[in-house]
Amino acid sequence: MLELDAEAIYQQLAQRAREHYLHKPLHLVGVHTGGVWLAERLKRELNVEAPVGILDVSFYRDDFDQSGLKSAVRPSQIAFDVAGSHILLVDDVLNTGRTVRAAINELFDHGRPAQVDLAVLIDRGGRELPVAASLVGATIELPATVSVVLTRDDDDRLHLTMEARGDE
Amino acid sequence: MTSSHSRNPQLNKDGELHHLLSIDGLPRQVLERILSTADSFINIAEREVKNVPLLRGKSVFNLFFENSTRTRTTFEIAARRLSADVFNLDIVRSSATKGESLLDTINNLTAMQADTFIVRHATSGAPYLIARHTSEHAPHIHVINAGDGQHAHPTQGLLDAYTIRHYKKDFRNLTVAVVGDILHSRVARSDIHALTILGVPEVRAVGPLTLLPAGLEQMGVRVFTSLDEGVRDADVIIMLRLQSERMRGTLLPSASEYFANYGLTAKRLALAKPDAIVMHPGPMNRGVEIDSHVADGAASVILTQVTFGIAVRMAVLSIVASSGGMR
Repeated sequence: MLELDAEAIYQQLAQRAREHYLHKPLHLVGVHTGGVWLAERLKRELNVEAPVGILDVSFYRDDFDQSGLKSAVRPSQIAFDVAGSHILLVDDVLNTGRTVRAAINELFDHGRPAQVDLAVLIDRGGRELPVAASLVGATIELPATVSVVLTRDDDDRLHLTMEARGDE
Repeated sequence: MTSSHSRNPQLNKDGELHHLLSIDGLPRQVLERILSTADSFINIAEREVKNVPLLRGKSVFNLFFENSTRTRTTFEIAARRLSADVFNLDIVRSSATKGESLLDTINNLTAMQADTFIVRHATSGAPYLIARHTSEHAPHIHVINAGDGQHAHPTQGLLDAYTIRHYKKDFRNLTVAVVGDILHSRVARSDIHALTILGVPEVRAVGPLTLLPAGLEQMGVRVFTSLDEGVRDADVIIMLRLQSERMRGTLLPSASEYFANYGLTAKRLALAKPDAIVMHPGPMNRGVEIDSHVADGAASVILTQVTFGIAVRMAVLSIVASSGGMR
């Protein structure tokens, strides 16, 4: 089990977010659960006014026929008008791109955004769909047998651990 | 039968909910998962696009051997919001009257690539018969009981539990009174099972002695024949529909006498807790089991039940579709 310095990588991501031209007003949408933690941090960092939108993409996944519904689905909540907004979609790990595909589909069922950008803490490669992030904390090519998990401790500090992937 | 007889016929070998036939005997976690999944479907109704792609390409057949516009419609809306293809079969007027057997009808619909059957039948146990048949011959098919005879109406029990949780937040410390024709009511049975499993400490059955079944105390229910006593300090009052055919028999004298003894009026509602809610599975008989002022009053959550019913049925449809099959 290898540990990455999640806080240092997050600082990289936040720095790039500050430097990158991001439309004002910006709206942040996090993908459950790690993406929401990151979006909440970025909200403070970038002085975003609107509440962070939350997406649980369970109802939009393309593997429902194989895996079914996961046991704990949380409600998606977007408290701002998606139509015409400039959205920074935030997730912890970008891998196949399938979660991002599901998140964009769900986003569009709330309305037609003017623009959607993607920010991720880790881009681990392994894309199966034509998806790219505009903002990346760190790029680490990893074999498919390894999984990367973001956790948050009681002091709101982020941790990234890599472990051998079980049968999923 | 290949599977063991002792296993709950609704669950597959991994303990996943494959059919929903009755609340009775389901583990608490299964009920809680349905309620929490329904939470996620509530918000969807407020979006610009009111459906999700979860059951795209799946065929859901509404098999209503007994009429029920409301239940059929809410199941249809639920299935459509999950992007399933929905087929409504008006069996009351078709094959059943031509003498086709129930299982022949099922075999034909299975040959039409059905994925889920939603069954309403006047005979208690009919959905079990169908589920047992499909589990054997077409194990990918899911059966959902939308009301069978006097036995069970599990999605009504779940949506009532969902409504109570929404208004009261917690099942612990609640007193819930179920009032009316308990004897013939599949709603009462499903409500009592759901609330008991979810941890409501006091479930009351209130009604005339002729309409109270034996064995309620063994289900952990307190029995009252006086409505005033039965609703006193209750947090929730669930009024049941009084079916008019009961009046023709010897069980009850008349609608007006029933209303005088068991109709929920504002005066009687005042005996319950000040923040008590009033529920009814519909359709209501105003002036028989419930006074119009109560049905339309501030304590009534009857129409909210209908709205929540869609989200709860979406949760049930998607959770059974998640099960890895019956084999």
